Amino acid sequence: MNEPVRRLSVIVLLLVLTLMAAGSWIQVLNANDLNQDPRNVRTLYREYGNFRGPFVVDGESVVWSEPVNDPYNYQRTYANGSLYAAATGFYSIVYGRTALEQTENELLNGSADSLFWTRLGNLFAGEQQQGASIELTLRSSLQQVAAEQLGDQRGAVVALDPQTGEVLAMVTSPTYDPTSLASHDTAEVNENYQELLARDDSPLVNRAIAGDTYPPGSTFKLIDAAAALEAGYKPDTELYAPQELDLPGTTRTIGNYGGATCADNDTMTLSDALRISCNTAFADLGMDLQWSVVERKAKDFGWTDSIDIPLSVTASRLPDDPNEAQTAMSAIGQFDVRATPLQMAMVAAGIANDGVVMKPYLVDTVRASDLTVVDVTEPEVYKEAMDRADANALTDMMVGVVDSGTGTAAQIGGVAVAGKTGTAETGQDTPPHAWFVSFAPADDPKIAVAVIVENGGDIGNEATGGAVAAPIARAVMQEGLRLDAEGDL
Amino acid sequence: MATVADLNVRAGRRSELALLGLAWMVIVLARALVDYNAAFLELVPLAIYGAVWAAMMIAAHVVLDKVAPSADPVLLPAVFALNGVGIAEIRRIDHAEGTAFADAQMIWAALGVTAMIAVVLLLRDHRKLRRFTYTAGVVGLVLYLLPLVPGLGITVNGARIWISVFGYTAQPGEFAKIALVVFFAGYLVTNRDTLALAGPKFLGMRFPRPRDMGPLLLVWAAAMLIMVYERDLGASLLFFGIFLGMLYVATQRLSWVLTGMGLFFIGGSFAALTIPHVRARFDAWLHALDPEVYSSGTSEQLVRGLFGMASGGLFGTGLGEGRPDLVPYAESDFIIASLGEELGLTGLMAILTLYLIIVQRAFRTSIGVRDGFGKLLSSGLGFAIAIQVFIVVGGVTRVIPLTGLTAPFLAYGGSSLLANWIVIALLLRVSDMARRPSEEVA
Repeated sequence: MNEPVRRLSVIVLLLVLTLMAAGSWIQVLNANDLNQDPRNVRTLYREYGNFRGPFVVDGESVVWSEPVNDPYNYQRTYANGSLYAAATGFYSIVYGRTALEQTENELLNGSADSLFWTRLGNLFAGEQQQGASIELTLRSSLQQVAAEQLGDQRGAVVALDPQTGEVLAMVTSPTYDPTSLASHDTAEVNENYQELLARDDSPLVNRAIAGDTYPPGSTFKLIDAAAALEAGYKPDTELYAPQELDLPGTTRTIGNYGGATCADNDTMTLSDALRISCNTAFADLGMDLQWSVVERKAKDFGWTDSIDIPLSVTASRLPDDPNEAQTAMSAIGQFDVRATPLQMAMVAAGIANDGVVMKPYLVDTVRASDLTVVDVTEPEVYKEAMDRADANALTDMMVGVVDSGTGTAAQIGGVAVAGKTGTAETGQDTPPHAWFVSFAPADDPKIAVAVIVENGGDIGNEATGGAVAAPIARAVMQEGLRLDAEGDL
Repeated sequence: MATVADLNVRAGRRSELALLGLAWMVIVLARALVDYNAAFLELVPLAIYGAVWAAMMIAAHVVLDKVAPSADPVLLPAVFALNGVGIAEIRRIDHAEGTAFADAQMIWAALGVTAMIAVVLLLRDHRKLRRFTYTAGVVGLVLYLLPLVPGLGITVNGARIWISVFGYTAQPGEFAKIALVVFFAGYLVTNRDTLALAGPKFLGMRFPRPRDMGPLLLVWAAAMLIMVYERDLGASLLFFGIFLGMLYVATQRLSWVLTGMGLFFIGGSFAALTIPHVRARFDAWLHALDPEVYSSGTSEQLVRGLFGMASGGLFGTGLGEGRPDLVPYAESDFIIASLGEELGLTGLMAILTLYLIIVQRAFRTSIGVRDGFGKLLSSGLGFAIAIQVFIVVGGVTRVIPLTGLTAPFLAYGGSSLLANWIVIALLLRVSDMARRPSEEVA
């Protein structure tokens, strides 16, 4: 009976080896997947046990981890939380992470590959794992001004450095304070979150990049103009600009804002049409150019592409194979054309930067806990949307808008400002969205801005981009220029 | 039949003492770590704890030295180490949950060691057990089926493998295991020649004669009964697996094993398809991470265990520094996951290796002992531990469906601990005979 016992012992050895293999699979080979599983609360507990790195704006921490005496060890603390909520997002033991708290999580909690040496150092020094600090491109004073200007109107403001793509300001309104979701009292967090969710003005949505995209209205005429310049049109090329334009294949017509007449003899230059934002001229121009030409130019500026800044930005949309009437409507930024405020800021920034659109980014520098630089974002060309001469011509036309057109409310004394208004229809019974996109100074652009105020903001039905959005853009640009003068931009 | 591999071994009592010293250090250090990490470290209770373990070890060692001087020297230290590590982990979960399982388990450990000593003292020759072959068979079967008695059996987690008497609960299957090994050993050593007779040839293999199939079918029927009515795949698999292993050792016929496995597979598949509880366990096993299965709760415990083990990684979080308390039944059914989390893959491997050592020592004993009954008894007991470990650890690591059995010596539970200490007593007794120099054998 010895032989079968020997064989049995081999079988037992195989059984135990099977168990060891299973253990290795769970604890080492597949451990990462299991640890990343959102149902795994251990990861959260362990993360809270570590020092999570801060977010830094203008050299000061705006979000940090405060040591506390509870099982989580640290309390995520947000100074002036609502001002930066759109960028930082929240870090909650109940609802997880959003925005940069999510995308930069591995750097913040110290587990990123790039922090390997820091971790090793901590290990040898017997110290706890330390997260990296994330320095943002945002400027506190620009955030402040943009938020104050928007007030309690629904909308968003995005400001970019046209030459680098740095996001200088990103404000969405209404917003929320991440502090209310960072508490370690789960019942309280639950209640606060449900309250935010229940509100019909969606404060948790980042309107600047990820809300429902908006019809860009007349700001889209910049795309038409860019396409026209490329197609050989000059700023003084005469366009057909009737009081009413028949929409081919329908019984409907397009008129101008307030039914106004663009020109006495039904023709006007491209430059003037942009200056006074003549709908019929651009609708006709769109049909003349063909939709495919306008579509390509829109894509040159980033439409239909989703990017990560590193927050993921909703792709701006274009109509699918529109007929002639739909092309006419699309050319004035209606029908199925949609854009995020960031996309419109990128249009302004691209024109400002001689036709080159830089890739927008929010994270400037990542520093390990010992302050050594782990990563610096280098400016990167995103798209070459226009050639230099066309961009300069369009800039001059946009200066006309602010000098003597629909955008005079954005004038800044002693500085040439380039801008474009937009008043986007949203339906029969709802007031229009007010848009303004601009940059300054026109000859050496330092800051490009896009502003949207939903449904006319405080003035409702009477709102226009020029009246509601332009003053906000003006204030933001002015603050940007002040920072630049101090060498802070 | 009594083939003897001549063993020329040192008794090894001194090695045993040294190994026991090592086990003692592991046990006391583990508890010190657990208490330290819970900010609960007090020196006097720790000293008392160390003294109690030392007393148990010395008592066991001295008794063996007197009445079983040639007994295997590795078994005792390995079992003590497992028992102590188990209690440390249970105490660690007590700290997190405010329970007092570790103290209760300590009492059971003391009772287990006492029972072990008693068996070694009272049973001077394991061959006497052969007289009780059929008694053991009946006792084993009754114990196995006890939970089915209305008013006595209770259902825990869907499986009915517990009984409750005057508020005390027990898992009679743990004791049934021993009685059945005794029965199988006695029965098979008598009937092995008949069972080994060649029958029809099929697929190039000689199968047993159909008329000899009776006992196999009977045991299979009993195993199916346990699976269907106690709704526990583990108890059923353990019971049937012990029988198949011993049948193989007795007859050397692989065809028996294949026939038996085929039968069990058919019965198991049938149960998996028709019995909701068994089916749920299968679902939870196959689709553990599936959100639907997880949120229905059937695989939640299993998956939480996996999360725990994953968070432990290669070296573990350290005793007292993980969160094993996030897994339900972390101190009993899932103690392997708790240990995997805090001691890491390294610790898990060490524990599995300790089990492997115990089982291999049992097999070594089986090879060394002269009488057929002793061979079957020791290999059967060793194999029982092996299958139980495989069923438990395999269940927690998703190799097989999860069942209600617990890890021998580690998991919280009096019946299991007591029964397994008795298993060790029997193994020690047989090993003493196996390793005794030839001339001394009566």
